[in-house]
Amino acid sequence: MQELHTYTPHSRIRRILGPLFAIACVLATFSGVVVLSILLGSVLSTGLGHQAGRPWYHLPQNAWDLGQLLLSLATKTPGESAQTTGFRVGVVSSLWLLGLVTLFAVPVGLGAAVYLEEYVRPGRFKAVVQTNIANLAGVPSIVYGILGLTLFVRGFGFKPFALGYSIWSGALTLSLLVLPVIIIAAQEAIRAVPTTYRQAALALGATRWQTVRDHVLPAALPGIMTGLILSLSRAIGETAPVLMVTQASSLLNPPRGPGDQYVPLPLEIYNYAKYPDPADQTLAAGGILLLLVLLISMNAVAIVIRNRSGRLNRN
Amino acid sequence: MNKSGQISTPELWAPPGLWRRLEGPLAHLFLLLCTLTTVLTTISIVVILSVQSAQFFRVSGISPIRFLTGTDVEAPHFGILPLIWGTFMIALGSSVIALPVGLLSAIYLSEYAPRKVRAVLKPSLELLAGIPTIVYGFLALQLVTPGLRLLLNPFGLDVEQFNALSACIVVGVMVIPMVSSLSEDVLSAVPQGLREAGYGLGATKFEVSTRIVLPAALSGVFASFILALSRAVGETMAVVLAAGRVPSITLNPLVSIETMTAYIVAVVGGEEAPGSPTSLSLFAVAMVLFIVTLSMNIVSRIVLARYREAYV
Repeated sequence: MQELHTYTPHSRIRRILGPLFAIACVLATFSGVVVLSILLGSVLSTGLGHQAGRPWYHLPQNAWDLGQLLLSLATKTPGESAQTTGFRVGVVSSLWLLGLVTLFAVPVGLGAAVYLEEYVRPGRFKAVVQTNIANLAGVPSIVYGILGLTLFVRGFGFKPFALGYSIWSGALTLSLLVLPVIIIAAQEAIRAVPTTYRQAALALGATRWQTVRDHVLPAALPGIMTGLILSLSRAIGETAPVLMVTQASSLLNPPRGPGDQYVPLPLEIYNYAKYPDPADQTLAAGGILLLLVLLISMNAVAIVIRNRSGRLNRN
Repeated sequence: MNKSGQISTPELWAPPGLWRRLEGPLAHLFLLLCTLTTVLTTISIVVILSVQSAQFFRVSGISPIRFLTGTDVEAPHFGILPLIWGTFMIALGSSVIALPVGLLSAIYLSEYAPRKVRAVLKPSLELLAGIPTIVYGFLALQLVTPGLRLLLNPFGLDVEQFNALSACIVVGVMVIPMVSSLSEDVLSAVPQGLREAGYGLGATKFEVSTRIVLPAALSGVFASFILALSRAVGETMAVVLAAGRVPSITLNPLVSIETMTAYIVAVVGGEEAPGSPTSLSLFAVAMVLFIVTLSMNIVSRIVLARYREAYV
């Protein structure tokens, strides 16, 4: 809109209001960035609080300290004092959950997305399923926790099906939670694949399944990966649902298999954050740092994949 | 091929080889099962919540009306009005922050921002939306409440350690990215011709944004507002950490309140025997929560659908 800048209205109020509004919009947008930096800064300063901190401009040493701190936090198991304790149980539990949720939710989510985009005809069934998925994406996460508690932990009253407070229950609960998000993201990616790809494959004698498997899915892969990583990072950061499907408030040793009890990282953070003691608060901040490092690296991977694929498509 | 680019013709052609003939139908079956999982999830949520809520009303002998209108949350009474009050106080309080800021930033992103700035801002908003709620709860305790104390104590206002205001602030900040990204989608979808017509009549950019684009996208913006409210209603961890667990019907945002989600967390943490009225009550509270958020989602979709008919 270059030509607009040459036009100025006569009325003074109209001349003043425009820039004022633009400034308000800019401020509102960058408030997010400000909040993000305040948040990181405050967590960092609390997390590093118990160390004799060097001034912030000793950046390399501080970064080294931070790395050391994160490493020690990630590898230590709960100890008697705040200095010796760590989040090893949480990190191991969360990684187990991440793996199992990937195992459960990704194939099912992809399958449903492919079915909705490539197989089912537009009609009442598709409309109902689609509305249902959108509604499921809006269900509060704590309701999924209750679902998991009843269905997986207690087996809905049937003892043989009850999985107890094991990693299985947590992973299944989180899988149901992220399933709608995965489906919606994958559907968008699949929809973006040009129809000509399908026509070409079908014309050469491929069956519908071969078309989907060998042509549509590979073409949609970058978009699907981005959506998957974002949804999985959501699963890792969730606290409320796992609060419902874990029993132990703290464990001495990390889980060894999916049948063991577990305390994921966000829950460990919550367990420290709810006590007003400064030592506990420092630990909570350290745990949050670990969690954010994990999530931000996952998000960064997703953004890189998206940018790359965008460049490929344009060429 | 039909209009939407889908393959809707039956497969007349079968490839050679047994496996290659079989794998198509097998894959079809698998994909159908995947899709049905989502339907099953909804059915299980509804069945579990209604069966267990019915059980609760039977065991405790409380009528649903007294459950919804009673003002004493404690065990033999189970009146959840204070919880509903607290929930909506957080939702409305947070929208005072989230809706204007989110809408303004959506207008900036869709109308003002150069393409390059937008390409950086949109992913960072997504990043902000991806921060776990527990982090916001911690932030409320560590930063917002002390800040409020610093600000309000000189005026003789007593800010409790757990208070509704700090929860409103962090929940508001938390849903800003959601409002902004959903509203930006609908604002960008307003046809360019409408803007050009406005400029042609001598309107300034401010006037085009607020009097042409915004009204044209109004129902979509409302839909995003409702979704944000519903998200705030269902928000758990930030509220549990920041707002505390004292159920009360009050307009004072500086004291502790309890929301429906906080009540559920408290009951689960309280180690009640399964089957006792208290432990069953969480299903009834969850049922109310589910119905409230579901109806908000449905209303938002109806509003949005109306909007879509107008332009596409």
